[in-house]
Amino acid sequence: MAILASGASRVLVQGMTGWAGRHYSSSMLDYGTRVVAGVTPSKAGTRFLDLPIHGDVASAMREHRIDVSIVFVPPQNAGAAMIEAIEAEVPVIVAVTERVPLHDMVKVRAALAGSRSILVGPNSQGILSPGQCKIGVMATASARPGRVGVISRSASLTSEVIAQITEAGLGQSTTVGIGGDPICGLSMRDCLSLFLKDEETDGVVLIGEIGGSQEEELAEFVAAARPSIPIVATVVGRHAPPRRRMGHAGAFAEGTNDAAGKIRALERAGIAIAPSPHLIGETIRAALRQAADATRERSVA
Amino acid sequence: MKLHEFQSKSCLTRYGITAPPGRVADSPEAAREVAMILGGSRFAVKAQVPAGGRAAAGGILIVEGPDAVEAASRALLGSRLTSDQTGPEGYLVRQVLVETAVNGPASFYLGAMIEPTSAGIVILGARGGETDIEAKVRAGRTTIGRLAVGPNGAIDAAEARAFAARLAVANDHFAGFCAVLTGLAEALIGLDATLVEINPLVLGGAGGFVALDAKIVLDDNAAFRHPERPAEDPVDQPGDLEASAQRHRINYVRMDGDIGLVANGAGLGMATVDLVRAADGRPANFMDIRTTATSLDVAHGIALLLENPAVKVILVNVHGGGMQSCDTVGDGLGIAMRRTGRKCPVVVRFAGNNADFARARLANFGCKIVDCADMWTPAATAARMARPAEAPKAMPLFERREAAVR
Repeated sequence: MAILASGASRVLVQGMTGWAGRHYSSSMLDYGTRVVAGVTPSKAGTRFLDLPIHGDVASAMREHRIDVSIVFVPPQNAGAAMIEAIEAEVPVIVAVTERVPLHDMVKVRAALAGSRSILVGPNSQGILSPGQCKIGVMATASARPGRVGVISRSASLTSEVIAQITEAGLGQSTTVGIGGDPICGLSMRDCLSLFLKDEETDGVVLIGEIGGSQEEELAEFVAAARPSIPIVATVVGRHAPPRRRMGHAGAFAEGTNDAAGKIRALERAGIAIAPSPHLIGETIRAALRQAADATRERSVA
Repeated sequence: MKLHEFQSKSCLTRYGITAPPGRVADSPEAAREVAMILGGSRFAVKAQVPAGGRAAAGGILIVEGPDAVEAASRALLGSRLTSDQTGPEGYLVRQVLVETAVNGPASFYLGAMIEPTSAGIVILGARGGETDIEAKVRAGRTTIGRLAVGPNGAIDAAEARAFAARLAVANDHFAGFCAVLTGLAEALIGLDATLVEINPLVLGGAGGFVALDAKIVLDDNAAFRHPERPAEDPVDQPGDLEASAQRHRINYVRMDGDIGLVANGAGLGMATVDLVRAADGRPANFMDIRTTATSLDVAHGIALLLENPAVKVILVNVHGGGMQSCDTVGDGLGIAMRRTGRKCPVVVRFAGNNADFARARLANFGCKIVDCADMWTPAATAARMARPAEAPKAMPLFERREAAVR
């Protein structure tokens, strides 16, 4: 089992008939994802890519028992689209849309509190469970089915890390882009706790960056939960000029949330830090080997 | 987008918060006229730059009479103001705000903002007096009061009373203080701002609260629903190039080194900066080509690097993903190199979607490149090439590459 989405997941695309919706729906279908329907209010009742288009999420939910909805709605209406999916009780919502107004995310998070939904994103590249399903916009060429989970805030660096993990002879159970915005749904910590419950994930790679406090919160959780599988992390932005926004709206170091502070917090929690961003594959391979050796010794003893 | 003080104050006025009487001026004569219209004798002349630390940097002058206002404005206008928050270039002062000087007892810091962790709106408050209190409050070091606000601006009366009590607001001023809190929350939501700050808030002569300084940061992502927003200042700041890159869907941050960096994605961009520094190189910039950028946008971004005389070598680190493949960046690089006459060595690492195609495109453009397979080699190579003594040694490498390309 992967986390959040597997080959059996029934997927809805919100904003399917727009440019991005059309392009990525096709590429998700090509990958083998079970896309079952789309939502575009003005085109309800029509068909697109040979799939039914609904006027709202609730009607799609009634008809298709949706497991995951992916949001390609432009920023003007993306917040409302997420809230619509939350109200329709879609279990997992992936928001790819970039540049969603922050006050809209305040309302989305208020709707999310106490709901049955998990929101991944916004500004996320999505979820990929290699060999099972792609619910997002990422490249899949270097991904392989395997047992390493990946959590990240950045798309292109994730592609790089996935390639490194594959090159190290390993594969990925699920890769999750939690998004680069200051306010997002699923946090790094909650994503990690999903991986810890997944029997098919043997190790986790965390790709952190400056800004916010997600890495620190994850470190606190790890220090308390003492997970039995190895976790390897990198934090980029060690040499970012202070108080400058580095591409992502959320990548903004102020006070103690710079790379050094995050690395200290993660190390204190017992998480292995990759010595450099180009050595992440090797670091997780070494950590997994060490964990396997320890298990073998224990079973011999 | 950061608003100037005078813009911030005029916004707050619309939400019922009082600011000292005043007006902005762009010449010493106009400043004098403002003082004449305001009347009275003591004036504050304040440089309008989008950065804090102005008082310590000499950007705020308290003077007596219109003549002194004119003289103070003459000194400030056209000067460059550098403070601990501006960076070494500072900001050119184009406008001054001339106000009636207000002195008042009981000063406060109040800031309404969106708190990312809780995804909620909060007002933080402190008893004022300290100069860098904003930074301390936001970093969580001196918070005296914290007031949660509902997503639609609702403030609980009992919580407001407790908040006022922690800030030692006198009972007779509680109603006025509450009006300021409500105004702050409504301004944050109504303006689609991420920060609305008053520092200091003082009790004016008439017994009401007056905002002596204000700062508003607007959420650029919400610009589509705010046609009333002021146009951004004409650019002349270090931020210039950054704004110009932004129009071409490129996030760009200038740094002070000699290796020009090209990368797609914020994470890979930051990783590239880190790798270059680890290889003892000095990055000239951070770059994050956004997924929607075309090859012409990329060419514009790379032209910014080629126009920077400090740049000795360009390092391209691109991982083609599902949204943007390598050849878009390859084309952009080829176009930029062809447009400029500048000879500048280029170290390239393409991986992921269409990496081979991107290399072929560059060969068609006749670009000389040093082609690397992993992320570390180009960083180390670029760092070595930027060191003056060893630059010639690197030349045979290009020629070899060029020969291979032919």
